[in-house]
Amino acid sequence: MRTPALRIAGSAAVVLLLTGCGVDDGTEALGVASSGAGEGAMEGYALPTGAPERFSFGAPASAARVAAWDIDVKPDGEGLPEGSGTVADGERVYMVHCLACHGPTGVEGPYNRVVATDPWEEWPVNRGVGNYWPYATTLYDYIRRAMPQLAPGSLTPDETYAVIAFLLHRNGIIAEDVVMSRETLPAVEMPARGRFVVDDRTGGRTIK
Amino acid sequence: MSSSDGSPLSRRAWLTTTSGVIAAGLLKTQADAFKLDAQEPPGTSPSEFTAVADRLVTEVGARAPGEQPKRYLRASDADLSSSSRSPLQDFHGIITPADLHFERHHAGVPAIVKEEHELLVHGMVERPMVFRMAELHRYPSISQIYFIECSGNGGGIYSRDRMPTEISVQQIDGLVSTSEWTGVPLAWILREVGVRPGASWLLAEGADGAHLARSIPLEKGMGDALLAYGQNGEAIRPEQGYPLRLMLPGWEGNTQVKWLRRIEVTDRPTMTREETSRYTDPLEGGRARQFSFVMDAKSVITFPSYPYVLPDRGWWEIKGLAWTGRGRITRVEVSTDGGRSWVDAELQHPILPMATVRFRHLWNWDGRETVILSRATDETGYVQPTVHQLWEARGEGTAYHQNHQRAWRVASDGGVTFGLGELV
Repeated sequence: MRTPALRIAGSAAVVLLLTGCGVDDGTEALGVASSGAGEGAMEGYALPTGAPERFSFGAPASAARVAAWDIDVKPDGEGLPEGSGTVADGERVYMVHCLACHGPTGVEGPYNRVVATDPWEEWPVNRGVGNYWPYATTLYDYIRRAMPQLAPGSLTPDETYAVIAFLLHRNGIIAEDVVMSRETLPAVEMPARGRFVVDDRTGGRTIK
Repeated sequence: MSSSDGSPLSRRAWLTTTSGVIAAGLLKTQADAFKLDAQEPPGTSPSEFTAVADRLVTEVGARAPGEQPKRYLRASDADLSSSSRSPLQDFHGIITPADLHFERHHAGVPAIVKEEHELLVHGMVERPMVFRMAELHRYPSISQIYFIECSGNGGGIYSRDRMPTEISVQQIDGLVSTSEWTGVPLAWILREVGVRPGASWLLAEGADGAHLARSIPLEKGMGDALLAYGQNGEAIRPEQGYPLRLMLPGWEGNTQVKWLRRIEVTDRPTMTREETSRYTDPLEGGRARQFSFVMDAKSVITFPSYPYVLPDRGWWEIKGLAWTGRGRITRVEVSTDGGRSWVDAELQHPILPMATVRFRHLWNWDGRETVILSRATDETGYVQPTVHQLWEARGEGTAYHQNHQRAWRVASDGGVTFGLGELV
């Protein structure tokens, strides 16, 4: 089965447009082998002749297991835990857990800048929360999964909301008195939200 | 060549001796074909090299002492988030020895015990399931040869301000490697758990300290995606995701999540840090390209390349690697005059989809300074662009997906340096 490369780029585009609308376009993708050679993906692999409908190797996953392992946060806030944090609390969290790598004000390093508000018209020189991150929820997802680097996942939900509030404030996105929680975080409007476009490269003669 | 008394006689001496009876044209041919001042090696008597064994049988083999290819680590690569690069110039075929496969870690290499590792598949599925490695091994398996390339490979090498010359192909483009991968097609596992109608994306997550996560269109997961546990015939290396990694043939390396522990079936992308803040490509006009999964066609000349010095003019085989994330490479052209003219290089079979292919071109170097380049074409008709074509299309705001033509300048003294110079 061959489908054009646009299928992948196209389905991504549609899903992006519909994010948060509660609508999906995924039905068509079900059971559809990816596009053929030369089109960004290959056909799927044929199951051996005589393979049963299901092998059922592996065990059912309990709801408790899924809840314990499912750490991601979606742009609409799905996955965010209870809790809240203020900018002031977040500054204390930052000074203890983040300063050594990201610097006293989030720009000094030695590792990645977390504060960057430089406006950009052509392309950004510094890519930070203020000028390049399109979704505030990504902060929760990323901090919980990967930060602090030597003890990922060690911050409590309150500490995580707090340090996010601090970072959003330092990046000029929220006021000093705004509290972050599972209700307020997904509603934060990020300056870079409208900048992202889905890949339009399709192969062929045109360089994109 | 030896004289009758057994003493070595140099070819130069032989040519000098015999030049009086050989036409000048033939002498010129001899001079081009054989290095004029080459000395025959002193030689070793057969008894010397057959009398003594260097070693007996061993449980694990080792490279010859004189062959010690190494990955390249930058000075900053003591960080948890770092990379190392494959020695492309030392390879003869398309397969990368597993211990020389490039590395890109976001939080170092975790120590995982295979017997304790589990893969959770959940989300928009009928039957959320946990798979231990022994269970994944029990599923039918397949093996395929695929390249993996970091989307930052070669990034930032050319800019208007910075064009280094004394830099090797390994330092520039060593974030690409090719292996035979063995595992279970992800589609077969998705069939086991039963994907619900309405699903359109996956989230793949690793068990490393970064718990690196990427959103993947379900279509790829139902296509050629592979849950790989084997690499070049053995268990996947820890640096490559032991005991389980996601293979997404032809796609950015970072999407092929290593130490894979969780796949969530969803109806929208998660917008993780690695698909928003990183691995997105600022374009001209204040836009940034997102979900730029496919690696476009690219080729690199691995010989001759810096720091090699061609010791002599004459016949040399220009060699290199080409690959595309959109299927098969159909053509590689080589230019030995700075891009003014191009000739088709030989492609070495096998020419596999989503795998590197070897190319070679026999070149009779006249000893004059020049620039050599290669450009690949894939089966979609895409031709590897010049750096100027890429800048024209995208601007200069991204270091990702920098698949433009590479060039090597060959000086008249045989020295090879990177870059186009002013010729192109």
